[in-house]
Order: sequence, then C-alpha cells, then structure tokens
Amino acid sequence: MNNIITMRSLGLALMLSVLAGCTSTSTQDQDAANNGGADSGVTVGGSENAGVNNVPEDTMEDEVVLDTVFYFDFDQSMLKPAARAALTAHAERLKANPQSIRLEGHGDETGTREYNMALGERRGISVRDFLSLQGVDASSIEVISYGEERPASMGSSESAYGQNRRVELK
Amino acid sequence: MNYLRRVSLLSRLPALMAVCLTLLVANTAQAQLTIEITQGVDSPVPIAVVPFGTPGQGALPEDVAAIINADLRRSGLLRPLPKDDMLSFPRNKYEISFRDWRILGAEYLVIGNVARQNDKYSVHFELFNILSQRTVHSQTFESGLNQLRDLAHYAADQIFEKITGIRGIFATQMIYIEAFQNGDESQDKFRLMLADVDGARPRLLLESGQPILSPSWSPDGRQVVYVSYETGRPAIFRQEIATQVREQLTNFRGLNGAPVWSPDGRTIALTLSKDGNPEIYTLDLASKKFTRITRHFAIDTEPNWTTDGKGVVFTSNRGGKPQIYQVTLASGRIERLTFEGDYNARPRVSPDGKSLVMVHRENGVFHIAVQDIESGDMRILTETYLDESPTIAPNGAMLMYATRYRGKGILAAVSLDAGVKFRLPSKQGDVREPAWSPFFD
Repeated sequence: MNNIITMRSLGLALMLSVLAGCTSTSTQDQDAANNGGADSGVTVGGSENAGVNNVPEDTMEDEVVLDTVFYFDFDQSMLKPAARAALTAHAERLKANPQSIRLEGHGDETGTREYNMALGERRGISVRDFLSLQGVDASSIEVISYGEERPASMGSSESAYGQNRRVELK
Repeated sequence: MNYLRRVSLLSRLPALMAVCLTLLVANTAQAQLTIEITQGVDSPVPIAVVPFGTPGQGALPEDVAAIINADLRRSGLLRPLPKDDMLSFPRNKYEISFRDWRILGAEYLVIGNVARQNDKYSVHFELFNILSQRTVHSQTFESGLNQLRDLAHYAADQIFEKITGIRGIFATQMIYIEAFQNGDESQDKFRLMLADVDGARPRLLLESGQPILSPSWSPDGRQVVYVSYETGRPAIFRQEIATQVREQLTNFRGLNGAPVWSPDGRTIALTLSKDGNPEIYTLDLASKKFTRITRHFAIDTEPNWTTDGKGVVFTSNRGGKPQIYQVTLASGRIERLTFEGDYNARPRVSPDGKSLVMVHRENGVFHIAVQDIESGDMRILTETYLDESPTIAPNGAMLMYATRYRGKGILAAVSLDAGVKFRLPSKQGDVREPAWSPFFD
C-alpha cells in the first residue's frame, strides 16, 4: 500500500477534483456533477474507470512526504492523536497553496454496508473539520465515503480491519 | 429544480445493448450457483415426482421433473424420492400402481408430460394423494421453447401450494452483487446480477469498475434501484430490467444511499447527507420531490417500508449504538423497535407486516435475527459468520442473506422458523446483497 504522497500527487488530486467538477453548494453540485457524470454514467455493463493512472503526471516537486492515510478505531470516527502532526502539515501546505482535495472515508467489513457508509463519511468529516480548524477552506474539501466497498486489505483479521478503517487524502 | 436526468438516452441504447449482450453471453456459462442443503425439517412430506413423458420427441433441454424435485427439496418441507427407487414411470393415471408408491413411502405422486407443438411446449401434470388415490390437482399450460425452467418452477409452485397451503416462490428471482477484488483497485469489478432464485440463469444487469451496492426491487418486479459509484461519487440509479434503460435519481454531495421502493411503487426512501448528516428522505418519482423524514444529529440510514407504506423502519445510532426505529410518515412520530443487544441494523419488514428481520450482533459476531414487532421477541436465525443483508421471500416463509464460507462471500437461505437452511456457493467472485423479487403476477 502506498501510504505516502508527494505534493506532485496533490497536484494530481487537484486536477482530478477539477475534472470531477467540485463546487460548493448542493444545488450547484447537482448540476456540476450532472455535467461531469455525463461521460462516465452511460455505460450499462461497461466499466469506465475515471482512472488516476490515465492522468499524466505534472512536474511539481516536493521531496518532503506526508502520511495521507489516517486510521480509526472500531465504530469510531474520532481522529487519533497520531494523525494530527501530518494533518497539520497538510493544512499548512494547503493554506500556502490552496487546492481542492478529496477525503475518502472507509470502514471494515463488520457491520452493515450502508451503516458503514455513514461511518466512512463521519471519518472523512472528522479529517475535514480538523483541516478546516487549521484554516483550510472547507469548501475546497470533498468527503466521499466508500464504506466497506474498497478495503485496503482483503483479509478478515483484526489487523486487516485496522487497515481498512481509514481516511485517504487525495 | 431539475434533480433528475436521463442517463441512458434512447439514441445511445443500441450500443449499450450490444455491450450488455456480449457480457451476458460470456457470463451465463460461468456463474452458476449450486445449492447445498445444510438443514431440513424433521419429517418432510415424502413425494415422488416421476420423470415427465416427452411423447414424440427425444430428451428435452431441461429435465422438468429434476427441476421440480430440486425446488421442492429446497423448501425443506417436502422430501422427493430418488428416481432410482421408483418401480415404474407412469405417464397417466391408469398406469399408476398406488400400492407400489405406498410401499415406497410416498404420500404424494406427480406425473406429467411435455409435448412440443411447433414453437412452444405444452405441459400437463397431475398431483395425486397416494392414500386416498385421488387427484389433488391437475393442470395444463404452455410455454415458449426457452421457458422450460420457468414452466418447471411454475409447476413446483402449484404442487408446493396444494400440499402445504403456502404460496410457492420457486418462480421468483433475485438480484445480487458479485464483486471481484484482489486488493488492486484498478482491477476491481462489480456486477449487478439477476438470477432465478435457485441461482440458475444468471444475467448481467450492470458491470462497473466502481462499487455497486444496495440493490432493491420495484414492487412490480420490473425495475431495480441501486447505488453506483461510476461518476466518482455515490449516486442512485433506477434501471428497467427488460430494456436496461437507466435513470440517475440523485447526485448530491455526500451520501446517496440505501434506496428502497415503497409498496405502492410511487416513492423511494433513501439516505442523503446533503444537509451535513445522514438522514432518511423520500423521493416522489412523479414530481421528483425530495422530502426529509428524519432530523437528528446521529446516523439515520437503511430505511425499509412498513407493509402498509405508512411508515419507514431504519437504523439509527441516536441512542449511542445502532438500533432500529420506526417513523410514522404522517405524524413524524419516531419509536424505537429493538432493545436486545448493542447492534441491530438494516431492517426488513416481512410481507405480513408482523416481523422484522435484521443484522444483529451477539458476542461480537453478526447474525440474522427476526423480531416479532408486536411482542418484541427476538430470535437468532443463523449461526454463520458476518451474516448480513437479509431479504425476505414474498411468501414470507424464507429469507436469503449474505455470509462468508471458506473465505468467500456467498448467499444462504433460512426459513423464518429456522427449520430449513441451505447455501448457494459461488464459483466466482464474492456474492452479496441479495434482494428477493416480488411475485411476478
């Protein structure tokens, strides 16, 4: 698993977010997403992967790498103290160089799927709120929950579950 | 405000259909599910279903009597006798030696014939009570040439109902999700599948590299509604089964989840977090109007309609842990329904409106439980691991659920009295989130 990210990737996340059509109010979201979804939404039976790999890498460089995956306890959406240092550093960079980011919330496979979906969103919101408290513009942060649908580790062990209860900053 | 748009424009349909058909052909041969009965009732009724006659033709593409036998056996309430034990294969009532069948221990006997008439089959079958030597039921019906399985399931439904008094569900279908994930997201594959309720004839409804979840039927059995991440965000779609035409129903910021159709087919209950927190909403399909139903800072999700359509049951952690609540739509009054244990979630109301099935955690393990709504009595129905997504058959006698077996996601079924259990092992990916169809009539 790739637990680190460079500013280069943040730039890439910015590009993706722009492509995905992030806006700040829900009415605009609806319209913007409608436009953005028109290409990928039409394939019944097809798999149109938005594809991070397809985006050409840009040339921004920054050698200091920060954690971009933050872990949570069972049935919890409270940020662990260990996550604070990296998130504070992310906040500084985002303030110096404002850009849109995406926080993907995830859960482990125990419990029901839609409840885990809500829990994944709560985790994403915890991270968003922390960044926002550090001065990052909350409207530049989108929280997307994947619930238990995209596990980082495929196993059914406690350690796998621990790796799956996470928020990924992209 | 236009919250709604056509995703599959009619002009694009031919191309879409071509994609679908290709996948469909490739898929049918592989994804068969096989039934293993793990538990039956103590004394199922013995019945003999004689191989059907096929006058004037060779072997049929499907063994009708074998399909009927498999259906009846799966019910757990009937015990079909093995073909090898039969002393004769009568084709009409004059060839029946009731004494022979009595000695074999059969209480009922089914004989039948399948005749081909140009582009259709005509089937006649007769059900006898061995003891009284009387005809209990006899029927003739027709089917298209590729509908022999439907015809066999239909006959099984008739036989089952005449003997047990319970309407049969062998001709119903299910939808489910099949996922292929190996840890590399770029290779993920999610499929929304449709199959006979015995797992046969799997058909692809949608395939995506992004998650698909929470499939649910329209009450007329013609459409499905589900969540798909194909746009990069969760969005709710509905899809007509016959035409594959799809419509995107939601695309709000945040959660767009847990869609379920109301009993009258006019409304969908769902979860949205567009106002900052997961709440239950209804969407009126004609006016496209969203109505917010719950208002609480806790998680409210996983709605399901009460049988009369006047209320919605849902999961909420407003009491600290997930429990099941019911809201009466007219008054907005909310009542807590579950009190046993510290995790009760994803409720489904039985067709008679009297019971609730749910995911219940006991000693850290997730099982399916049923609760009598009136008395509050709860009973655990399954003892496997990570049981989830219960769905009740339209006759209310059985439920299907997702569980894990030998490290794979599979579907299993249990009768609501917990007397009968069987599983449908997958040969391919992880199979999950079954949704049992309504009756098709």
